[in-house]
Amino acid sequence: MEREKMSLLTPSTALRRRYLHDRLFLLAGRLAAIASFSTIGLIFLAILYTSLPAFTQSCIKLPIHFEETAFSDENLALADYDMLVAQALARIIPGVTDPGEKEDLMGMMSPGAAWRLQQMVGSNPKRIGTVEQLWLPASADIDMLRKGKLDRTTPEQRRRLSKRQLKWYDQLNAEGRIKRHFNRVFFTAPNSTEAELAGIYGAVKGSLLTMFITLVLSFPLGAGTAIYLQEFAPRNRLTTTITVTINNLAAVPPILYGLLGLAVFINFFHLPRATPLVAGMVLSLMTFPSIIMASRNALAAVPRSVCDAALALGASRMQSITHHILPAAMPGILTGTLLGLAQAFGECAPLLMLGMVAFVGNIPAGITDPATVLPMQIYLWADNSGQGFPEKTAAAIVIMMLFLVIVNTMVLWLRRKFENSHPHTS
Amino acid sequence: MKNFILFLALLVSATSCFAQSQRRNISIVGSSTVYPFAALVGEYFTRTTGNLSPHIESTGSGSGFKRFCAGSGLQYPDITNASRLMTSEERATCLANGVTQIIRMKIGRDGIVLATSRAMPKLNLTLQDIYLALAMQIPDPEKPQRLIANPYSRWQQINSALPNVAIHVYGPPPTSGTRDAFDSLVMEKGATTFPLLRKMKKENPAAFKQAANRMREDGRWIDAGENDSIIVQKLKTNPNACGIFGFSFLKQNEENLQAAALNGYFPDSANIADGKYPASRSLFLYVKKQNSSMVSGLPAYLKEFISQRASGNRGYLVRRGMIPIPDREQRRNSEIVKSMQSK
Repeated sequence: MEREKMSLLTPSTALRRRYLHDRLFLLAGRLAAIASFSTIGLIFLAILYTSLPAFTQSCIKLPIHFEETAFSDENLALADYDMLVAQALARIIPGVTDPGEKEDLMGMMSPGAAWRLQQMVGSNPKRIGTVEQLWLPASADIDMLRKGKLDRTTPEQRRRLSKRQLKWYDQLNAEGRIKRHFNRVFFTAPNSTEAELAGIYGAVKGSLLTMFITLVLSFPLGAGTAIYLQEFAPRNRLTTTITVTINNLAAVPPILYGLLGLAVFINFFHLPRATPLVAGMVLSLMTFPSIIMASRNALAAVPRSVCDAALALGASRMQSITHHILPAAMPGILTGTLLGLAQAFGECAPLLMLGMVAFVGNIPAGITDPATVLPMQIYLWADNSGQGFPEKTAAAIVIMMLFLVIVNTMVLWLRRKFENSHPHTS
Repeated sequence: MKNFILFLALLVSATSCFAQSQRRNISIVGSSTVYPFAALVGEYFTRTTGNLSPHIESTGSGSGFKRFCAGSGLQYPDITNASRLMTSEERATCLANGVTQIIRMKIGRDGIVLATSRAMPKLNLTLQDIYLALAMQIPDPEKPQRLIANPYSRWQQINSALPNVAIHVYGPPPTSGTRDAFDSLVMEKGATTFPLLRKMKKENPAAFKQAANRMREDGRWIDAGENDSIIVQKLKTNPNACGIFGFSFLKQNEENLQAAALNGYFPDSANIADGKYPASRSLFLYVKKQNSSMVSGLPAYLKEFISQRASGNRGYLVRRGMIPIPDREQRRNSEIVKSMQSK
């Protein structure tokens, strides 16, 4: 029986096999990483690409005559702004007399055109009597045509734009009266049933107000509970039960918090429905267990020697905590809080129960005004089958992702900052 | 501990501050068919009167009535939209909970359409065809004296004039007013074309309802949730499916979708307005008169809703797909609103 020749210069088969395993594992790992990264990248790029049209809005340049006769009423809101728009259209496209034809012509403009004029006159009544060339929003159909999303070749009876409208569009286009502008409305307006007027700001503000309430309620409550349980509370059956309960609370499905909020805050305490106040209270119930858990871990990670040294030098228990342990644990506590908030920011389920899946047509002024939040707005727009809403949905998702990126960057930055100034934990 | 006390204090103070006596926004619930109209009116109302926008939830007519009838305080909705009439049970609940002054306003008409993607050949169905396609149990074609489980899987098996396409219908769930209307306007009418079910309707109405309204559960009928838009989206991606929803959603999507004719009539404004299209129904607002003094802008909102520029024959709601009601009924509405304003 001949044994394989052993040599240190040529690797044995066993060794080769082991190295092969190494290499295969490495390859599999790399493939997995590439696959997951490219999937995420692809999804993000697809959303970004879909969202692009939503950031611009087609506008039509119209010569608006703010004639004094149109403003006979004391109340400027009651003036017929649609008529001003119609007159301006008639000036650039003369010879339209048939009522159906007039309606088609008016249908090229968004109802937002008249509202813009109302706003402009309201903010500066001196405009009355003047003539201005204004870029006013076109209707969603014209907008889609401009963006190449509407097929001109579809037979007329089921096309969204009539033959006349296409003709006028071409005429205005040739005169340079149609242009895509940056869609400022999207960033400053509340929700609307017209895609070209719908904005994200109402939902963003609702989300920020809600997060403010959540932070104000859950951070002191969570951090305070964590400090007490970790540093002061005796270890007995009661505190163990409390700890276990809190850990379990963090695993309760969010929808149950919604039901709780509905039963307690709205039906029992009669707090106003669908407001950032109630939403923030419910989300803080959901967030504070995770803040407690993160904070307790952060506190436990601070070396006991730090505390002991402080006590040995005559510091009180409270001083040793506020001067030494807490600053060292702060990065952990803040990270936990911000991650909890980020989760609450994207949460939809509990808010479904609080009446937040709703049309709210103005920007909430305070925590007791009805509002909706970003994820809810995405949900509502995704459901909307109207022209232009798929793009709005994608744009809202992009905005939401941006907020989450900002929060995560903040987490990183805070960790760096605190870790540098407090070397205890490193 | 301190934090907990603080939290409690905050809770208590919050409740005492916000237990309101006046609400600045109107609260509206109800039918998903009326929802887009109500939201559009809300927008015009906000822009012209400067009031806060109404808060409008699309819950379906059934849940809308439930919430509406739960009480008359400010935490309950002021208006519920409905695509059917309030039932006597619902009215009884309302009365039991102190909701005594209810105003009903008919605001428009709507047709329930059975739509398909444009890729599918146009369907021309009778109510009987639809009943045979969708009911859980149908009379046995061989022995018409007994009910059997629905055997059909393709439209052509029901009626040889129909295309050879699998039956696959997305429709609203039982809480929806559209579903209630579909049951009574289409399914029950289709069922009574059979002598067996006609007899049953006379002798045992409960069993008849069960037989006529129970949809098949073998995956050919799919409850698609309260939101009509979801059904529209599904049809765009699945060319062989049919969907059931309100006329306005068809009108918004005419580029991709087409409606089936029922008993020879296609759903269009004229056929729905005069009821020739069999699945046409009226849309209502139920207003809680008791709340009108506590909620700012309630009469003004209704006034905008029934104004000529909204519900008139060329109004913005009509352009969105609502079928206007006759002038006589429009005048009745303006009298109702006037009487509310004068109070």
